[in-house]
Amino acid sequence: MRFTDLACRLIAASYLAIFASCLNALELEDRQRYPGTGDTMIKVISTGDLAVFEPFILQFQAENPAIGIDYYVTSSAVLHTAIKEGDVFDIAMSSAMDLQFQLANDGAAQRFTSPITESLPGWARWRNQVFAFTAEPAVAVISRARFAGLERPKTRQELIGLLRQNPTAFEDAIGTYDVRTSGLGYLFATQEARNSDTFWRLFELMGRRGTELYCCSAQMIDDVASGRLTLAYNVLGSYTAERIARDDRLEILTLEDYETVMLRTALIPATATEVEAAGLFLDRLLQEGMRETSSVWALPPLRAADTPEARAYGPIRLGPGLLVYLDKLNRDAFLGAWSDAIVQP
Amino acid sequence: MSSTTTVPVFWRSIGQRLTILLAGIAAVLAILSWWMITSFAREAAERTQDNVLVASATTIAEALRSEQGTILLELPYSAFAMLDAIGEDRVFYRVAAGAQTLTGYEDLIPPSNPERPGDVAVGTIDYRGDQLRTVTVMRTVLADQNPVPVLVTVAQTRTGVQAIGSGLSQTAAVLSVALFILAVGLGTFAAGNALQPLNSFAQAVTRRGPSDLRPLRRKVPDELSPLLVALNRLMERLGQSIRRSEEFIAEAAHRVRTPLATVRAQAELALHTVEKDEEKQMLRRIIRAVDESSRSASQLLDHATVSFRADALAQEVVDLADLAEKVTDGLAPTAEMKDITLTLDADGPASVRGDAILLESALRNVVDNSVKYSPAETQITVTLAPADNAHWRLTVRDEGRGFSDASLPELTARFKRGTNVDQIVGSGLGLTIAEDVLVAHGGHLKLSTPDDGAGACVSLILPAA
Repeated sequence: MRFTDLACRLIAASYLAIFASCLNALELEDRQRYPGTGDTMIKVISTGDLAVFEPFILQFQAENPAIGIDYYVTSSAVLHTAIKEGDVFDIAMSSAMDLQFQLANDGAAQRFTSPITESLPGWARWRNQVFAFTAEPAVAVISRARFAGLERPKTRQELIGLLRQNPTAFEDAIGTYDVRTSGLGYLFATQEARNSDTFWRLFELMGRRGTELYCCSAQMIDDVASGRLTLAYNVLGSYTAERIARDDRLEILTLEDYETVMLRTALIPATATEVEAAGLFLDRLLQEGMRETSSVWALPPLRAADTPEARAYGPIRLGPGLLVYLDKLNRDAFLGAWSDAIVQP
Repeated sequence: MSSTTTVPVFWRSIGQRLTILLAGIAAVLAILSWWMITSFAREAAERTQDNVLVASATTIAEALRSEQGTILLELPYSAFAMLDAIGEDRVFYRVAAGAQTLTGYEDLIPPSNPERPGDVAVGTIDYRGDQLRTVTVMRTVLADQNPVPVLVTVAQTRTGVQAIGSGLSQTAAVLSVALFILAVGLGTFAAGNALQPLNSFAQAVTRRGPSDLRPLRRKVPDELSPLLVALNRLMERLGQSIRRSEEFIAEAAHRVRTPLATVRAQAELALHTVEKDEEKQMLRRIIRAVDESSRSASQLLDHATVSFRADALAQEVVDLADLAEKVTDGLAPTAEMKDITLTLDADGPASVRGDAILLESALRNVVDNSVKYSPAETQITVTLAPADNAHWRLTVRDEGRGFSDASLPELTARFKRGTNVDQIVGSGLGLTIAEDVLVAHGGHLKLSTPDDGAGACVSLILPAA
């Protein structure tokens, strides 16, 4: 292992294909190494975009210069498979809290306690194995230009009405996650379907208008910004807010009936080798998550799960209920119904 | 001594014994109650978990249906959501039709399966490094008109149950310790309270004077009344026995004294009639021996009188000056026989309250002693003076051999005589009588050697009236 690590270090960072061979052919979206002054190098696997997490990593390294960080970005499904199959990572951060929960439930995570984890609210941790450090809502994003002249709907019911009455404005101009490939999209969709009966009617209608399916929030936001899409539904609110700050072509559609709030979670895999450094990293993550506002990143703190909209249902509960939609039969049934609704000929 | 070394210290006190026994009982009860609460709490938590697991498995079984020969299942969200009711426990499940796993964890094999639909099988297995509680229910689903038994197993780790159990166990432990401390406190109080009559009984007996043999009249608990009755009987018998012996001594002394007086008178007569010196010598020896016997008999009589009269002491006013004069006058002839000058230095009146006969016998015995132990041609001085504001002191001083210092405290013991008495005949009762009388009157006897070292000094100290 040491040798392969060393080999990896020697090979230039730009050769992605060679990385892949070192990592059991992990499908990576991105990877960045931040060497520290010491020998310790923690391997972090995450679904979070490098652009979002880099400030945090640099901040962490400023405080702990000895610890190097090897940051891998991948999809939640790949992350889940990698940890489940025993790939060696020291921290796994994912927005798919159901998959994270399943990893811990099936014994792929190890326990970690510190004064900081103890101060975390009970709903934000499970068995001291899975820890939430952000509370991120799913939002609807609209293009100001394409929404010109249309009244902003206040509820999903009103949104359905708007889609019915203005077919042209939305024809082939709606985007959402492809829940078949995106773990986060699947989590948002299943939780929403559980919470509200308007979900299926809305998706039926979205399917009829023609909906573009995406793997990731960033692309959806890009397409709304460019005007290719009028509406992107169930986009990660945190990314959107960060984009809106520097792009006024975008706007978040405030829907007051309910809000699905996902908890971004981190865990220390059972295979972790640098447990001590991983603990420091995790503590720092949780500290950031418990701040009122973070100066390091644009991710909303855990406190955001306490908004009036979110309070109606609370953040998605970190508990065994998450296993329900991961069940093979349930997943098949849900994807079947979802495909029937959204992928119309 | 050997009995105290073999018996544990605490058996020496009934109170300690009771307290320790009660504390022991309390400790046993506290441990027992802790253990019972702990096991009940654990069992209650386990049953609760079993019930939640059964509810979950049943909810899943209810959701089973078949469509065109295929068994379908949409796991109800509530079936899993309810499982975090007890704690943060890992959850595993398996739905199987026969040997074929429909969904869930294929390697989750419960230890036993229900035999009939509607039955529930509960078990415990080790799975993926944890102990699991498994619940399996069976439901028959019709697929293509064929009844297919479907087993739904829901399993959960027991972390939550154990946390509840140990939490309650800790609470129970704290409560048990508190109960124990309370019980020990109450036990100590109860032991003290139960022994209180015994203590007051013992104190009542202890407070009595050495010669107080009246029966105890007090209310005692039933357990002590046999002791009280026995003690009173013993004291009564003892009193009778003492009275009998005193009476006997008095009677004997009295009876001996009268014939002795006759013998002495006859001997005196004979002394005047005989001519030979040898015979005179012999008769004088007889007279001296008779005198001694008579004196001893008097002392025995005095002693018996003291014992009698001290029990119910008379409270008449007595003038010590008169009394001293009477005594010195009475003993003057005896002193003269030995050429001893007996002088009295007393300024009356010096009143004390008490029994004149006893006080007289006390002083007489002291002066008599001095006369007896003083050599010829010496002085004996009896002085009456105030000892302090509330006491009179009668001092008898002689120029005799004095006391050997070592034996001072022992001299007042009955029949005890000094170590330097040589061949002088004596009963050893004189000082005993004096002291008994003084103590009965609230005074005391003081023996000392005068500052110039010659002779003896006996002080009778009595409270002034």
